[in-house]
Amino acid sequence: MTSTLGSADANAAEVPEYPMSRAEGCPFDPPPQLRTMQREAPLRRVRLWDGSTPWLVTRYDEQRALLADSRISSDPTNPGYPAPAPVSDEHSEGSPVSFILMDDPEHARLRRMVTAPFTIKRVEAMRPFVQRIVDERIDEMLTADGPVDLVEAFALPVPSLVICQLLGVPYADHDFFQRNSKVIVHRDSTTEQRNAALGALAEYLDGLVGRKLTDPGEDLLSDLAARVESGELPRREASRMGVLLLIAGHETTANMIALGTLALLEHPRQLAELREAGDDSELVASTVEELLRYLHITHNGRRRVALEDVEIADEVIRAGEGVIVPNDIGNRDPDAFAEPDRLDIRRDARHHMAFGFGVHQCLGQPLARMELRVVYSTLYRRIPTLRLATDRENISFKHDGSVYGVYELPVTW
Amino acid sequence: MKVTVDQESCVASGQCVMTAADVFDQRDEDGIVELLEDQPTEDRAEDVRQAAALCPARAIRVEGQSGFVR
Repeated sequence: MTSTLGSADANAAEVPEYPMSRAEGCPFDPPPQLRTMQREAPLRRVRLWDGSTPWLVTRYDEQRALLADSRISSDPTNPGYPAPAPVSDEHSEGSPVSFILMDDPEHARLRRMVTAPFTIKRVEAMRPFVQRIVDERIDEMLTADGPVDLVEAFALPVPSLVICQLLGVPYADHDFFQRNSKVIVHRDSTTEQRNAALGALAEYLDGLVGRKLTDPGEDLLSDLAARVESGELPRREASRMGVLLLIAGHETTANMIALGTLALLEHPRQLAELREAGDDSELVASTVEELLRYLHITHNGRRRVALEDVEIADEVIRAGEGVIVPNDIGNRDPDAFAEPDRLDIRRDARHHMAFGFGVHQCLGQPLARMELRVVYSTLYRRIPTLRLATDRENISFKHDGSVYGVYELPVTW
Repeated sequence: MKVTVDQESCVASGQCVMTAADVFDQRDEDGIVELLEDQPTEDRAEDVRQAAALCPARAIRVEGQSGFVR
């Protein structure tokens, strides 16, 4: 019961609201209030938009333990689920939620249908293609005289082209799907706007699945179409999975490229070291891990609900109570990372939680890592004088997005 | 050291292959873990333990583990 909180006004007043704001002038750091809470206790209650008071888990060890616990559900249809937005119409027609908002065994069954292209081997086989895209985009940027927006010219097109190739989506349609996915990940979109964008993308992906049924290619949508044909997978679910992968495949990596570039530009000594490193050096790999840890762009807090009572860190999360796991502050836990607020591209940050933890950990992570390695090892080497073309104060950050980053990054060289 | 993997729990994140590609592999059809070497030599111990610690599904068991790796 949560009534104990409601009955005592003094206690109720102390329950902080979530989400919280970042500090002015510290765009790379999680909200300072999360840091305070982390110092005080591994978990405590917060208040959401609807007045509910789920648990917020701030320390690394407890975050990992709970995300890996099968008594903790990802299914928003369970009572007590801490919904991130006022009207959560997640199961509407055309919703892309698919298996990320399901529990095992159904989650595992569906997830395994799309994991084949993301094996380390298959991803490595795509590396020359990614390198070519990166080089072509840089060539094109270098033909311009004045400043360019790195987001528009580079950070967004590279992962979009890659996920299109992998899924079998025509890149020529990128204006359409980028516009719609922008609406979907924007925190301030209304439910109507979000559903309309989801509907448009679902219809689009459904059309593509239909085409792959009769004219299959060497891509993931064709694999899914084959499963539709064999009766293994409803066609509607195939389209939803397509929408999910399309959005997840470019929004996240695009923000890591642009925000990562800004972070490196603010650490010029480390950027110089990276520039000198070879294409496949360990420093490039550790830079990717450290930037994933340090920037942690999925800043909404992972949402879960307890199906049974769970004892953790001298507290009991009761069955039916919501659990929010903001991995951004977990990645800044001093017990897991020494001097956590310092960017250090030489540290071993592989145990970060930028991709989450547990059975829902990002399935595209090998692809994201490879793309980021190619980008970080190529962009600054090929444009060694790359610099901001505006003052840092003029850069606006996606405080309002479910994926954090910069809206634009004007650069010159 | 003795290594075992649980293919039922595996979620195909690929962390183990990235960490110790000579010990772990992935099935082509769905990326699920396959064990290449169930008794790795001691010089591979650190990477194998790291792979077990990084596995998000906790699908890797290492016996004869002497130290804790996050």
